[in-house]
Amino acid sequence: MTNTKIKLPTEACETCTAYAQLEQMGIKVGDFDRVVALAGNPNTGKSTLFNTLTGLKQHTGNWPGKTVTRAEGGYQFNGVKYKIVDLPGTYSLLSASQDEEVARDFILFGQPDCTIVVTDATALERNLNLVIQVMEITDRAVVAINLMDEARRKGLEVDARSLSRDLGIPAIPISARSGEGVQTLLSTVAEVIEGTIATKPLRVEGTLEFQKAVNELAPMIEMAVPGIPNARWLAIRLLDGDARVQKALSSGELAGIVGRQQNADVQFSRRMSVEGRQ
Amino acid sequence: MTTPIQPNDVIAKAEALRNDLSSGFRDEIVKSLYNEAEKIARRAVKATGEKKYDFDQKIDRLVTSPFTGLPIMLILLGTIIWLTVQGANVPSQLIAKGLFAIGNWASALFTSWNVPWWITGFIWDGVYRGLAWVIAVMLPPMAIFFPAFTILEDLGYLPRVAFNLDWLFKKAGAHGKQSLTMAMGFGCNAAGVIATRVIDSPRERLIAILTNNFVPCNGRFPTLIMLATVFVAASFSPALTSFIAAGTVVGVVLIGIGFTFFMSWLLSKTVLKGEASAFTLELPPYRRPNIMRILYTSIIDRTIFVLWRAMQTAAPAGAVIWVLANIPFGSTNLAGAIAGWLNPVGVLLGLDGVILLAYIIAIPANEIVVPTMMMMYMGVGMMVDAPSSSEAIRSLLVGVHGWTLLTAINLMLFSLLHNPCATTIMTIYKETKSYKWAALSVVITLGTAFLVTFLTASLARLIGWV
Repeated sequence: MTNTKIKLPTEACETCTAYAQLEQMGIKVGDFDRVVALAGNPNTGKSTLFNTLTGLKQHTGNWPGKTVTRAEGGYQFNGVKYKIVDLPGTYSLLSASQDEEVARDFILFGQPDCTIVVTDATALERNLNLVIQVMEITDRAVVAINLMDEARRKGLEVDARSLSRDLGIPAIPISARSGEGVQTLLSTVAEVIEGTIATKPLRVEGTLEFQKAVNELAPMIEMAVPGIPNARWLAIRLLDGDARVQKALSSGELAGIVGRQQNADVQFSRRMSVEGRQ
Repeated sequence: MTTPIQPNDVIAKAEALRNDLSSGFRDEIVKSLYNEAEKIARRAVKATGEKKYDFDQKIDRLVTSPFTGLPIMLILLGTIIWLTVQGANVPSQLIAKGLFAIGNWASALFTSWNVPWWITGFIWDGVYRGLAWVIAVMLPPMAIFFPAFTILEDLGYLPRVAFNLDWLFKKAGAHGKQSLTMAMGFGCNAAGVIATRVIDSPRERLIAILTNNFVPCNGRFPTLIMLATVFVAASFSPALTSFIAAGTVVGVVLIGIGFTFFMSWLLSKTVLKGEASAFTLELPPYRRPNIMRILYTSIIDRTIFVLWRAMQTAAPAGAVIWVLANIPFGSTNLAGAIAGWLNPVGVLLGLDGVILLAYIIAIPANEIVVPTMMMMYMGVGMMVDAPSSSEAIRSLLVGVHGWTLLTAINLMLFSLLHNPCATTIMTIYKETKSYKWAALSVVITLGTAFLVTFLTASLARLIGWV
């Protein structure tokens, strides 16, 4: 049983005319329609994917923790302009080190239209911890299983369909270095944003007692901040005593992002209808 | 309709619910998270063999072993520096010769056009000569060092260095990841300071920030290489020159790393008290470096970037030196007078007044110290021709200005230990958001530099070496 629709990555796609759909835009991100965030564990190739998409030469290096600030660039795919934000690599979004905070704040407060979680096919288990945490914050997420070539060399086979079924979000095998699978990834991202692919992210429940507390708190958050998309996650963070989330709630910052998001959606559909794409 | 629930109600409710939860609920969440991840991963991944893994592990056993790890590190560092010394010497001399010839020609042309002498002098003997020096001294070493360093970075060697040095940092009360930020400091100390964001604990992060300057950045490497080649290695047979020079630079780098440990230890026992925190560091798989990308990163992002920055400070510095050297002051000029006032302090440190003045003018960027110094010597001594070979530099410094081996060694030590450049100080301020820590980074390094050079100079004089 699956709620997601997965396109099988076919090698032919990379060479067919569709490849011309990707246009690297470097840092010319003045007006963009959509925002995509790149999250992932350290050293999984986020910056390499970022460079492939934008044509930029963001410094890449083979050591964990190299990207400490977020880099931004742009690409155009099927006529839609995307701003892409390369977040620092983190193992989790729970603790308070500076790079984790940068990543979490952006996914939460930057409200990207879609978050790509780049994972290392050779160390999937450890990478999935972050995927699950990202899915707690946002429904609109896609897993990119990177380093597929390295996994093959190590004699590992990764079943993307099984992964996607278990997680409830699309999982696309790619190799950011060679560009393999990148087209499929981008069209999947577009479909998740448009809602053509409906995601149903897996939720980690915790103890019964904890679930009860979450179920009690989440509706209150939805009432206090109408339209907030991730009340459940906020409830978990508040129960955990997360000072940053508390502050965002009491200062009205959370209410602010709801308004911004709705506004952006309206503007986008207006522009698309003017240009006759929708 | 207004919402009946206010944000503060939600926070209060969360507080109440949390108090009702059993104490281990946080661990429970994390545990179920891990369990879920493990279950999903087990279903999705099938292992069909373990071919490549073995090879990586074999290499790792060698480069991270307690016995062979450190020697391999030293050999790699020594090789990179030797390649730089060996490869940069001839191109540096050629560039210097070419650029100075252009300068002389242009200066002569200006004179033949009856351009006032001070305009010709300001442009060609001041600004242009400053630029020419910086390019000649810096471009060749950087064009070799940066690509070599980037290859090691791309291969995945840096985390292994962190692994090897972890126990030392732990003994010093600092974070093991400091070796990563230290390694970045070899490229640029400002970049090293920014890289400390990977360290979670604020205490250990501050230690890493305050001690980053003790590894010589690429702006200072050319200074060290020049001094090691021209002075230390010159007394050996020509066949050995490059090895002695590389060995000397490696020695200076090791002294710098030694000071990093010592100062980290001192800080963690005094102003930044605390225990070293544990951390996990992933050893990434070895990846084949992408040659085109390495060339791009190291030549465009690093070499050109650093060179451009140096040129921006070298041009005004050249102008300042020329002006100072051409304003008469008593029997000499202003540069000579200031150098004369600084001389007693300089001599006390085994240096001289001109060197100190060069350091003051070069505060914006360390990389221009040697060019500044050379121009000042030429300006003070009213020399017309710029020396472009190491023999000429040597005869100018030793013959005319009375340099000894002590001067060269103390200048290397001073260059290694003295205050961070203006960019790094600004970066430290931005990262710590505190004038106090930025100021302390200057005080610590400058204090160390004065103390160490004073001690070596005194010792050298005591045993009658100079």
